[in-house]
Amino acid sequence: MATVHARREPGRYLVLIGLVALAGLMLVPFAIVVLNAVKAPADYAANGPLSLPQEVRIQGIVDFWQRVDFGRKLVNSALIAGSVAVLAVVVSVLNAYALGIGRIKGRLWVLVLFLIANTLPQEALVYPLYYLFKQVDLYDTRLGVVIVFTIVQAAFGTYLLSSTFVAFPREILEAARIDGANKWQVLVRIVVPISRPTLGVLFVFFFIWTWNEFFIPLVLLVSADNQTVPVALGVLQGQRLMDATTTSASALLGIIPAVAFFLIFQRTLTRGLTAGAVK
Amino acid sequence: MSLAPAVDRPSPAEPTRSAPPWRSGGRGGYLVFLVPGALLLLAVVVVPFAMNVGISLTRWSGVGDPVWIGLENYRKLFADSAFWASFRHNVGLVVAMAILPTIAGLVVAAALFDFVGKRFGPRTASVLRACVYLPQVLPIAVAGIVWSWILAPKGGALNAFLDAVGLGSLARDWLGDPDIALYSVMGVLVWIQLGYPVVIFMAGMQRVDPALLEAAELDGASWWGRFWHVTVPGIRPEVFVVMLTCSIAALKVFGPIYVLTRGGPAGATNVPSYFSFQNFFERTRVGYGAAVATVLTVLILLLTAFFLRVQNRREDS
Repeated sequence: MATVHARREPGRYLVLIGLVALAGLMLVPFAIVVLNAVKAPADYAANGPLSLPQEVRIQGIVDFWQRVDFGRKLVNSALIAGSVAVLAVVVSVLNAYALGIGRIKGRLWVLVLFLIANTLPQEALVYPLYYLFKQVDLYDTRLGVVIVFTIVQAAFGTYLLSSTFVAFPREILEAARIDGANKWQVLVRIVVPISRPTLGVLFVFFFIWTWNEFFIPLVLLVSADNQTVPVALGVLQGQRLMDATTTSASALLGIIPAVAFFLIFQRTLTRGLTAGAVK
Repeated sequence: MSLAPAVDRPSPAEPTRSAPPWRSGGRGGYLVFLVPGALLLLAVVVVPFAMNVGISLTRWSGVGDPVWIGLENYRKLFADSAFWASFRHNVGLVVAMAILPTIAGLVVAAALFDFVGKRFGPRTASVLRACVYLPQVLPIAVAGIVWSWILAPKGGALNAFLDAVGLGSLARDWLGDPDIALYSVMGVLVWIQLGYPVVIFMAGMQRVDPALLEAAELDGASWWGRFWHVTVPGIRPEVFVVMLTCSIAALKVFGPIYVLTRGGPAGATNVPSYFSFQNFFERTRVGYGAAVATVLTVLILLLTAFFLRVQNRREDS
């Protein structure tokens, strides 16, 4: 064995170097954004995108923040993503309780329906939603977007939770029943507390997915006051009015919350990805 | 709180030992839990989708009354070269988002898990994994902003880099040249997508029995041999899930196209989802856009059904 390993010695560092290079390559765009977000426009014009900034200047970021009222976009995004995450977890739990533990008749078909709802392209829903929401005054409201994504995310949550609820220990449910608990009490006092880790993962998923949504919020939220972070940045980018340093500043402001969530939720996230990967 | 019990609560005193009590109350009692989800599903998915199919059978500008024209939109669609081109571009995106990341993801995940993780410690492996995964957490619109500026013809970082290393002749208008714009978009998508298979495959590899790998190693199998004959078959379920979800995501791509190219130049990067968006909101040919969206839906559902069938058959055999 020792000789085998010894023979591989140079090789193993080559593999490591290759992987480090790959990781570096993945990070280069982030580095370039940071580099230029703190660069003065004149410095950029003179030295291009790859030079180190002559001085760190956050004025560009501040200007951009104020120009687009970025704080407001952050609040919108947090409000929408937070509400959707809570509501979608609640709806997923209710659905999965009926399907996985209640085992209602025809549950397979209901499950297939939710799965299809999760797979449907939003393009096939967007125009009727746009039209209907205009009729009922939900167009260009944050509530409208919350309603849409609650069910879009809950469709996935129902699918995932139902399969874990099917495997829920029956003895516990039976014991609670014998003690006189009704269906609501079983749900609230037993099923929810025991499946709290899975619900936490779902919450994180729903929050981040909703935060990152682009297509439907782009269509439904037209006024600047209601727009989310990705929509506001995407629309500005589409207008092609920003100079290079402003573009980097805007990108940096879009990156920071995402990376913050990533760092905060990293453990839950990777664990959760595994939960979703294997049926 | 008072909704459910009224329906049919089995009296706890009743000795229902033979039938499990949580079911003896009948299944009707649980239906009430489905009500909020079912109502939302109806209002947000079922009705709008049915309306979309209905609209696709009409000529409609979004205001006034739609005019019934039967399958005319579909007939026009299948003769529309722009529509077929958008699907061809979609194939490119499937390559960029599903096929390339799966292949590269298998190699990277195996190298990180089986090699770096074992010889340099799991911390090194997880830091490298986090770096590769990072683009995945970005809002797709933000990723698009980053890249549209890096790839800009004047003052873009990529061309500046090529100039700096003496390869200035390779500088291009990466997103503005119809011949290469699609490849540029594909490159961006590979960057975005790679972390997803890597994370999922590494998680799956924890399930592969280390004894199998050791046995193969003792039998003199090379690293590649073990990779192909032990690791890859061991995580087949993950490979299927990644291929399915990434292919569907590739068919639905909208954000990167909207931010990077707006389907241009001259339609060179247009995809069905952006094509339908254009018809809905820019050209106000709502019926036609609805037809595009319906065809896209059918395609995605067929693909899903196909994948699930293949997966089930593999598991049966």
